[in-house]
Amino acid sequence: MSKIRFTEPNREILARRDSIINDLTRLVDPAGLITSADECRAYETDALTAYRKMPLAVVLPKTTEEVSAVLKYCHDTGVKVVPRGAGTSLAGGAIPSEDAVVLGLSKMNRVLAVNYDDRFIRVEAGVTNLSVTAVVAENGFFYGPDPSSQLACTIGGNIANNSGGAHCLKYGVTTNNLLGVRMVLIDGSIIDLGGDYLDSAGLDLLGLVVGSEGQLGIVTEATLRILKSAEGARPVLFGFPSCEGAGKAVADVIAAGIIPVAIEYMDKAAIEICEAFAKAGYPLDVEALLIVEVEGSDAEMDATLADITAIARANGATTVRESRSAIETAAIWKGRKSAFGATGRVADYLCMDGTVPTGKLSYVLAEISKIVQRHGLRVANVFHAGDGNIHPLILYNANDPSQQSKAEAAGDDILRLCVEVGGCLTGEHGVGIEKRDLMRCQFDDADLAQQIRVRAAFDPRWLLNTDKVFPLDFRCQG
Amino acid sequence: MTDCYKPRDECGLSSAIKDAATAKMPLVVRGAGSKSAMGRPLGGYAMSLTTERMRGVSLYEPTELVIGALPGTPVSEIDRMLAKHNQMLPFEPMDHRVLFGTSAEPTIGGIVAGNVSGPRRIAVGACRDSLIGVRLVTGRGDVVKSGGRVMKNVTGLDLVKLNCGAWGTLGVLTEVIFKVLPKPARSLSVGLGGMNDTTAIAALTAALGSSFAVSAAAHIPASIGSDSTTIVRLEGSDGSVAYGARELAKLWRSFGRAELIEGDESANLWLRVRDAHWLAQPMDRSIWRLSLAPSKAPHVLADIRQKLGVRYFYDWGGGLVWLAVVGADDAGASVVREAMVNTGGHATLVRASSEIRRRIDVFEPLPPAVLKLTQEIKKCFDPDRVLNFGRMYAGI
Ligand SMILES: Cc1cc2nc3c(=O)[nH]c(=O)nc-3n(C[C@H](O)[C@H](O)[C@H](O)COP(=O)(O)OP(=O)(O)OC[C@H]3O[C@@H](n4cnc5c(N)ncnc54)[C@H](O)[C@@H]3O)c2cc1C
Ligand SMILES: Cc1cc2nc3c(=O)[nH]c(=O)nc-3n(C[C@H](O)[C@H](O)[C@H](O)COP(=O)(O)OP(=O)(O)OC[C@H]3O[C@@H](n4cnc5c(N)ncnc54)[C@H](O)[C@@H]3O)c2cc1C
Repeated sequence: MSKIRFTEPNREILARRDSIINDLTRLVDPAGLITSADECRAYETDALTAYRKMPLAVVLPKTTEEVSAVLKYCHDTGVKVVPRGAGTSLAGGAIPSEDAVVLGLSKMNRVLAVNYDDRFIRVEAGVTNLSVTAVVAENGFFYGPDPSSQLACTIGGNIANNSGGAHCLKYGVTTNNLLGVRMVLIDGSIIDLGGDYLDSAGLDLLGLVVGSEGQLGIVTEATLRILKSAEGARPVLFGFPSCEGAGKAVADVIAAGIIPVAIEYMDKAAIEICEAFAKAGYPLDVEALLIVEVEGSDAEMDATLADITAIARANGATTVRESRSAIETAAIWKGRKSAFGATGRVADYLCMDGTVPTGKLSYVLAEISKIVQRHGLRVANVFHAGDGNIHPLILYNANDPSQQSKAEAAGDDILRLCVEVGGCLTGEHGVGIEKRDLMRCQFDDADLAQQIRVRAAFDPRWLLNTDKVFPLDFRCQG
Repeated sequence: MTDCYKPRDECGLSSAIKDAATAKMPLVVRGAGSKSAMGRPLGGYAMSLTTERMRGVSLYEPTELVIGALPGTPVSEIDRMLAKHNQMLPFEPMDHRVLFGTSAEPTIGGIVAGNVSGPRRIAVGACRDSLIGVRLVTGRGDVVKSGGRVMKNVTGLDLVKLNCGAWGTLGVLTEVIFKVLPKPARSLSVGLGGMNDTTAIAALTAALGSSFAVSAAAHIPASIGSDSTTIVRLEGSDGSVAYGARELAKLWRSFGRAELIEGDESANLWLRVRDAHWLAQPMDRSIWRLSLAPSKAPHVLADIRQKLGVRYFYDWGGGLVWLAVVGADDAGASVVREAMVNTGGHATLVRASSEIRRRIDVFEPLPPAVLKLTQEIKKCFDPDRVLNFGRMYAGI
């Protein structure tokens, strides 16, 4: 039994399918229109694979003008549109409905301009996150946000979900690294927000668009801040005999005025899973592990790491392993970055994404293990400890429907806990369809009503990514 | 003068706004009150509303790097509290009193409403980047929250950013929450003299394209002092700053001999950059703030200087130009906007007589589709147009 509801598709739209497809052939290059069931299947879900729906059709435009033509058509004829990047959303944000056209950005993957003097790169929205850094790496530059999915996920998807990565403690998340977008509104109009300069004119619509999960418009181009890479970066592994020790070490590092580029946390279950997969040399005799990375010149890294190591030892760290080479660095990160993939090999999992105040981490971790046990399941924790963004992976067997609903119930309990201690439902994955019905835990009606009014200012007919983010019954009250 | 609401809390504020909305009576929103108006003049409204009684730090967790405050809290009070734990607001907000010759202390609500950010903006982001949560009362009188006290949050639409820099036209902020940073252990400046604008911006660009902990970069041309100064600030641990200063001097060798500026001298220099000190006097000059890609800035300035008498300097590595215009009856608007037209950037008239601000657009005019969205957003926050109506744009 699964908990997420889908609205009934609009029969009138379904009945018009042939004529809609016929109209779309005139709006996009035929190679960019997908209508057969076989080919559409690739678009029926995202990384929330327990749920799937076949779309009405899929269009893969090559230009902003094509996107505009499709949206205008859909707007005028009342057809829903689901924007899609690489489909790595963990919240079901890119899952379509039977009466919706999927608009995929995968063919818009050109780099449009690189400017090292003004430190920006302009790309089409379908460019993958990693390829942005790949383009500028030869000149020693990089793009800050580095989600673990960076090989696949697109800049458009990153913008829609305000994605972050392990290094966002220092470099911030997408919203802090985005200078401008070109975006198409549902009525087909094309707007530019921001550009190659700081702080756009007028209201901060750019800030509003980031994290809006494809509900306000479709981003087709983005201007991103690029930064010069540090001279060097060095991660250290710390193993702790207790989770509390690891949690306290994180708080103490920050209280000492040290902001490393990354502080990643793994519990015993996650360590075992990742080590079995990545052979990163993680210690197996500890309860918790921290990966702390610092950057700078050698002397600077030595000094900072000495301070951090002293703090870790004072909190009982039993393993201290400092990377001594690029190969060791890669191994340490490989374990962490493959955490989700490695987990997927041992079990099905639900990945939670709440954020909690860092001072509450130890308490929350203890409560999470109680919650999951209560539901008769297991959990592995791997997350960004420096900013309190936790990713409990609830392990279950998807072939057993009762386990799926238990996992979902445990997930809901965990997210309620996050809100209770002063945190939020999602730090970087988005609400999607997954957490839609929990929105009322975090927001009261006045909060939601105001968000819904803003949404309607962009898309009065609710055609863009319609059934996402807001509780299904809320829209009519808005 | 006009009558003034001085609510003590969110509840009182909400009922004041509801009354105003019912009576369709526009309100002027103030922080500490007292100011020469920024933005378009609001005309002779009967009522104003000040948050000066809503003050105090509502939340401070030094080990979590988070602070929250009520809107009327003086910025100085927040700075003092953070300093006790060796922390700071990262974005270095300017103190407008220098430029406006006013005396009332800036409030944190006013800083957020203006998205006011200083020299460190290029290294750590603007006010809007540090702001992680808000509560506000909309023009409907509804109390609305967005964001919260945690660093990472994509739950629902980001009304935090939308209200930061909205100049109080959508809602009145009742609580603002920031992430903060440890104060750097050491801060010093490295300077070069005698450069023209183009070369200076090239030097700043080289510094900003390095990995040496640059936290600010400015150029003060010869027209302001006796000689030009091109300066970069380095901040971080003792070791990294010392190392950065050495490496930067090497990197800058082709530009000239770099000089170290430390301690109070360095700190004072950056205060002056932050507050646009050199442009403050005489008070009758109109002042602009241009935001554009650094490489375009010297060209734009060359263009403007052919047509107008100006004093100016660059912050943000050249990406921010402060400009004082001497005696043009439109504050130089036609020349400035014309020069900016092909840059993609934008120009804001920060200081000018209310007579001039009534006639010309203070904020960069918006393209029609964006203006339409802006109007729709105003309507959904403040349908009766009671809050700072017309402050940013006519009709908004
Ligand atoms: C193994 C794995 C690891 C991950 N690790 C991280 C991580 O470390 N950090 C992190 O933040 N996330 C992570 N994610 C989540 C996911 O990768 C991100 O949310 C990513 O940004 C989604 O990008 P995408 O291109 O796949 O978008 P999609 O999944 O295709 O779409 C995501 C959302 O964006 C909308 N959208 C897509 N493109 C556009 C556009 N051009 N205009 C408007 N809306 C659009 C969609 O409608 C949908 O709502 C991970 C996911 C997986 C599977
Ligand atoms: C481009 C630019 C131009 C500036 N021009 C001026 C100027 O002309 N005059 C001036 O005094 N300062 C100006 N400043 C400085 C800035 O307004 C002040 O530093 C800051 O607003 C001081 O706070 P205050 O309490 O004095 O605010 P106030 O001067 O009282 O208010 C500033 C703005 O913020 C709004 N506001 C205040 N409190 C709230 C709240 N709680 N919720 C919502 N909105 C609120 C007001 O309506 C007003 O639009 C300017 C800054 C910038 C970046």
